[in-house]
Amino acid sequence: MTDNIMTTQNRRRFASFNISRAGKANLVFALGILALIVATSLMSDAFLTERNMTNVARQMVTTGLLSIGMLVVILSGGIDLSVGSVVAFAGLLAAGLQETMPIGAAIAIALSVGVAVGIINGVFVAYFRLQPFIVTLATMGAVRGALYIYSETPTYASDPFFISVLGSGKLFGVVPYTFLIFLVCIPIMWMYLNHTKSGRSVIAIGMNPEAVRLAGVDVRVQTTVAYVICGFFAALAGVLLSARLGISQPNVGVGYELDAIAAVVIGGGVLGGGGGTVGGMFGGVLALAVIDNVLNLFNVQSYYQQLVKGVIILIAVIVRRKPQG
Amino acid sequence: MKTLRLTDVVKTYGETLALRKASLEAHSGEVVAVCGENGAGKSTLMSILAGSRQPTSGHIEIDGERATIDNPHRAFELGIRTVYQELSLLPNLSVAENLYLGKLPRGRLGTIDWQSVFADARRDMAAVGMDHVDVRRQVADFAVATQQMIEIAKAIQVRPDVLILDEPTGVLTSMESERLFEKIRELKATGTIILYISHRLEEVIDIADVIVVLKDGQVVDTMRRAEASKDRLVTAMVGRPLESIYPKRVPPQAERLMQVEGFGRTGVFDDVNFTLHRGEILGFFGLVGSGRTEVMRALFGADRSERGTVTLEGKVMGRPTPARSIGAGIGFLTEERKADGLALDADILDNASLASMDRASIGPFLNRDSQRTLVGNMTGELDVRPPDLGHVVRRMSGGNQQKVVLAKWLLLNGLKVLILDEPTRGVDIATKVQIYQLVANLAAEGVGIVMVSSEMPELLGLTHRICVMRQGRIVAEFDPEKASEHEIFVAAANVSMEAA
Repeated sequence: MTDNIMTTQNRRRFASFNISRAGKANLVFALGILALIVATSLMSDAFLTERNMTNVARQMVTTGLLSIGMLVVILSGGIDLSVGSVVAFAGLLAAGLQETMPIGAAIAIALSVGVAVGIINGVFVAYFRLQPFIVTLATMGAVRGALYIYSETPTYASDPFFISVLGSGKLFGVVPYTFLIFLVCIPIMWMYLNHTKSGRSVIAIGMNPEAVRLAGVDVRVQTTVAYVICGFFAALAGVLLSARLGISQPNVGVGYELDAIAAVVIGGGVLGGGGGTVGGMFGGVLALAVIDNVLNLFNVQSYYQQLVKGVIILIAVIVRRKPQG
Repeated sequence: MKTLRLTDVVKTYGETLALRKASLEAHSGEVVAVCGENGAGKSTLMSILAGSRQPTSGHIEIDGERATIDNPHRAFELGIRTVYQELSLLPNLSVAENLYLGKLPRGRLGTIDWQSVFADARRDMAAVGMDHVDVRRQVADFAVATQQMIEIAKAIQVRPDVLILDEPTGVLTSMESERLFEKIRELKATGTIILYISHRLEEVIDIADVIVVLKDGQVVDTMRRAEASKDRLVTAMVGRPLESIYPKRVPPQAERLMQVEGFGRTGVFDDVNFTLHRGEILGFFGLVGSGRTEVMRALFGADRSERGTVTLEGKVMGRPTPARSIGAGIGFLTEERKADGLALDADILDNASLASMDRASIGPFLNRDSQRTLVGNMTGELDVRPPDLGHVVRRMSGGNQQKVVLAKWLLLNGLKVLILDEPTRGVDIATKVQIYQLVANLAAEGVGIVMVSSEMPELLGLTHRICVMRQGRIVAEFDPEKASEHEIFVAAANVSMEAA
């Protein structure tokens, strides 16, 4: 009722206050990352070198692609824990199949595994109405099991295009192709979320699935689409990771889902649906990558790195907490 | 407590004045009704008494002594209980647990004495005339109306000195409202002070001893029941006389627009037959559980139907689904806009365009600019405030939220039939008048309107025909220009004239 007593003019002011609050949080983060970058470049000679920047860019790719998919699923009100396993499976397939078939076909098969896992996740969540957490926890285990059945040992990639161009090639000798692919995916995802019927529907489903259903949208199909997108990007991340490393191991990708969730949440995503933007997600990915890199440069033990990340996630969530009322 | 007095209470939120020197006095055994449009300051006044907000200036006196109610707990200690519009029960706990939350009695071993909890809960529910409620079942199993009665039972179980009821009958049917009024009279006799907030003028005149009208945070009129009339109330509330509330009826066209035949779902409703003409406003009345909402949901395809046919413009439609209905030009405003009408965290644009995205798309791609134009024109026409399409719906008043839902359905390409389930629930009088006008205009343009309402006056004032439902069937049909509220109620409740 407090809103009701406000005059129109005041409501507008109130609204802009809200926008500026979210904007303020973004600004705080942007400034925080910037301050970190400036401080680190002053303290460490190694930071602003081309080699290190290339490293940071490459490291962003895996978490970045996973976060793009995770954002869609989180916006739909769900979560996808299976992405780490999909990374490993897709990577193994892309590396392993290129011996026997053209590289294009190997990559296509690897990507379709991601899509297939997405369909399975989506069908169980949307058609059987099971909780996304449980469904994707199950597929996380099942996919990991399946890939060990496929190969228990590391698989080496042999295709020269795969390793030298896709994996370690750079545009103009500066920007890694893998990073470029990630960058291209960002506006595509923005376009999807803001300018397609499916994207708007997925966002609305995360806020009130019943209202969306009654507006004539097939909520089950659209929810499945969200998981398929997530699976696809996870597979793409897996393919690019194995191209970069030239080798794929069955135990890769464990815990990657947590980084992706963290990036989305740091960027303003709301678990359970109702908030999150592509720009915020990108900021989250960038923040995590820079922090990782900085801690590495200063030779901080990896245990501390995890601790620091945990603290940052908590701070992010507190800063972005919605005002009461 | 003998008297409760508020003197010159001012409450500001930032620069906004919610209350400007509002004063009010209530005596033991008195029902004081507080009326006013949304935003008049009613709820602010009540929340000050409930301790959830503090006045900026002015004071509260209890029996002549100044009192500070600086938190809800303090209000409890003073014997002030509030039943809010929004239910505060825990849906997954049993009725009995909800009634005794935080004070469950312990048995010998320190474990909860469930037998006495259930017995007490049954007594509490019986006290509000709800003997049939199984207190061991969880609250979520019951209809909203029953939940509201549980909430009321919880508030009066402690014999409060002051009972504040905020729109208590909003979700109740006539029958439950009657039970509530009986209870209010009982409490009155024992000396309880009752503050009663309501939009419904008839019941205010019926139940209140004193009526206070708030407008723009000020008390603009105070009257005793004997002096009260709907005209005086409405004029005080909106500054406009009563006659102009309902628009003039335009007779419907002869052409049959939609025919529903043998419509049914086992155990819920059956053998539902009716015809809707072009330009007709067809009203549906029924008590809770009569199947009126269920029929409308099934007709649109929100829920399943098992039997029967729906014919639109001479063509038999397939089993209804939301997508099929929308494609055919049928819109459906649901009973509870917050539950299934709106994505509250989305903005006006996304909510209003949700059912008509096809109108502004090329293949899967949306043209956001043309969406903005379409929605902007519609919300402008409906006078939605604020006009900013990026405004999040959660922060809007009930009336404006309802207009956003209406905009969503009016934007359907080729709207032919609009089903409205309680379109004016929780909506202020000024918006009600706008909605009535809109419905009449749509009908005049040839849209068929099916309107479910538990507010008899609006059915009588607005519709061309009224169907009454009972136990899942249409049992009677009335001409609103000839029928009386009494007749219709008797048909709905199936009681003899004497008992009603």
